[in-house]
Amino acid sequence: MKLREIAHSRTGDKGDTSNISVIAYDAGYYPLLLKQVTSERVRAHFAGVVDGDVVRYELPNISALNFVITKALGGGVTRSLALDGHGKSLSSALLDLEIDAAADT
Amino acid sequence: MMRTIRIGSGAGYSGDRIEPAVELAEKGDIQYLVFECLGERTVALAQQARMKDPDSGYDPLLEERMRAVLAACAASGIKIVTNMGAANPAAAATKTAEIARSLGLSSLKIAAVIGDDVLDACRERDLPIMEFEGSIGLLGNRLLSANAYLGAEPIAVALGGGADIVITGRASDPALFLAPMIDAFGWAMNDWNRLGQGTVAGHLLECAGQVTGGYFADPPYKDVPDLARLGFPIGEVGEDGSLVITKVEGSGGAVTARTCKEQLLYEVHDPRQYLQPDVVADFSQVTVEEIGRDRVRISGGRGTRRTGTLKVSIGYLDGYIGEGQISYAGAGALARGQLALKIVRERLKLTGVAAGEWRFDLIGVDALHGANLSAKACEPYEVRVRVTGRTESLREAVRIGNEVETLYTNGPAGGGGAWKSAREVVAVGSVLLPRELAKPSILFIGG
Repeated sequence: MKLREIAHSRTGDKGDTSNISVIAYDAGYYPLLLKQVTSERVRAHFAGVVDGDVVRYELPNISALNFVITKALGGGVTRSLALDGHGKSLSSALLDLEIDAAADT
Repeated sequence: MMRTIRIGSGAGYSGDRIEPAVELAEKGDIQYLVFECLGERTVALAQQARMKDPDSGYDPLLEERMRAVLAACAASGIKIVTNMGAANPAAAATKTAEIARSLGLSSLKIAAVIGDDVLDACRERDLPIMEFEGSIGLLGNRLLSANAYLGAEPIAVALGGGADIVITGRASDPALFLAPMIDAFGWAMNDWNRLGQGTVAGHLLECAGQVTGGYFADPPYKDVPDLARLGFPIGEVGEDGSLVITKVEGSGGAVTARTCKEQLLYEVHDPRQYLQPDVVADFSQVTVEEIGRDRVRISGGRGTRRTGTLKVSIGYLDGYIGEGQISYAGAGALARGQLALKIVRERLKLTGVAAGEWRFDLIGVDALHGANLSAKACEPYEVRVRVTGRTESLREAVRIGNEVETLYTNGPAGGGGAWKSAREVVAVGSVLLPRELAKPSILFIGG
């Protein structure tokens, strides 16, 4: 299934850095997020879109992950050549990530 | 009984809707109304305007917003805090006093917080720029502005001095909300945990509609009622820092645990260290609980001692961007769009248009997320060609759009709706300035 089935997401930008939250609809899905939505998978998913590092922060109290991605926005919204210089649409792309619902967490 | 204040958030960016703020002023039962209107780049653009006209340089919608809410605010004693001063808070305050007089509200006391302009201090120190290798000296005459993110203290002092309206230039967005809490409850400026929890409140409120259901709807997974009449948020803050996010009854949108969680992490990096001028806030232990319809309790924000530096936003001229677009539709649209891009690439080479960076996109196909993520998508009914490049001169930038426009008569069949632009770029970066070098002060006008 897609990540979209179990989580919602919002993108923010500061300079050339994008942050993308991934929030479980239900706390019961949080272990699945922890296990399968890793920094490595996020970096691979955005290959060719972002150039920098991906760091993941965990927020168990709200069953959420926060991904911080550098060199993600063509230099930042004030100078980017990109149509979506804020990277607002990146959250929707991340929700397309495949999740193995049957996997053992 | 514990004292509580209600703070309304009347704008989340400079161009935001006006009526939700009027609704807050008239029906929100609020004591403070905050307008956050100053984007990263806005101060630099405002500084350019001020160089041409010394009485300008503040938010272009200042008059419209003030005219819309002043009477209702004055009638209920609602205090206004806003960063609509942009590059010229003093002129914005003078203008606001003039508007108040014209509405018969001449007893309103208006204050401007000045001192965020630290251009000279930054030039003298040649501080390193955080976004790329290099320091301020490298920018030379291209440097337009340097404005420190001031904290809540000068705003709280102005409110304490009897100001009904406080207008700032660059200030941290959450600080605009933290200041009313300090004013109302007398929190100490080293009460780090309260300042941290107050920052959580300010952070949730600062983008207005983004916590009441805006930037959220994703049908059918996340439906939001009545977005055309989206209500803006109210923060109910207790003396102990307790917080409930809500909105005006009957307004559109929704305040739910989900909307609050999304906004909590918006533009946050390390949640344990959300750097603010007044405090290093810690969002990592925050909990979110729905306690009623459109009522969400937020607890657990904490804080530690502020750092010795202030973040300074610098604006600088960064060359030019030229752009052209044209659309193709119907059978074979994708192939014609691809052919169009091929032609423009070749033309730009043939005619020697010089640009340091290019993008060749097909809107509807790969413009947002590139070739990899869009590879498996089905063929669209229509596509829009988009070519853009970064140049050193306006003249060169103009040539890019021209090479797209000439596809009308020289390109593939059925190209329509060509559009072009060329503009000078004002980019922003940031530096860290020793805190003591920014010296905020308060200017009272009228009253």
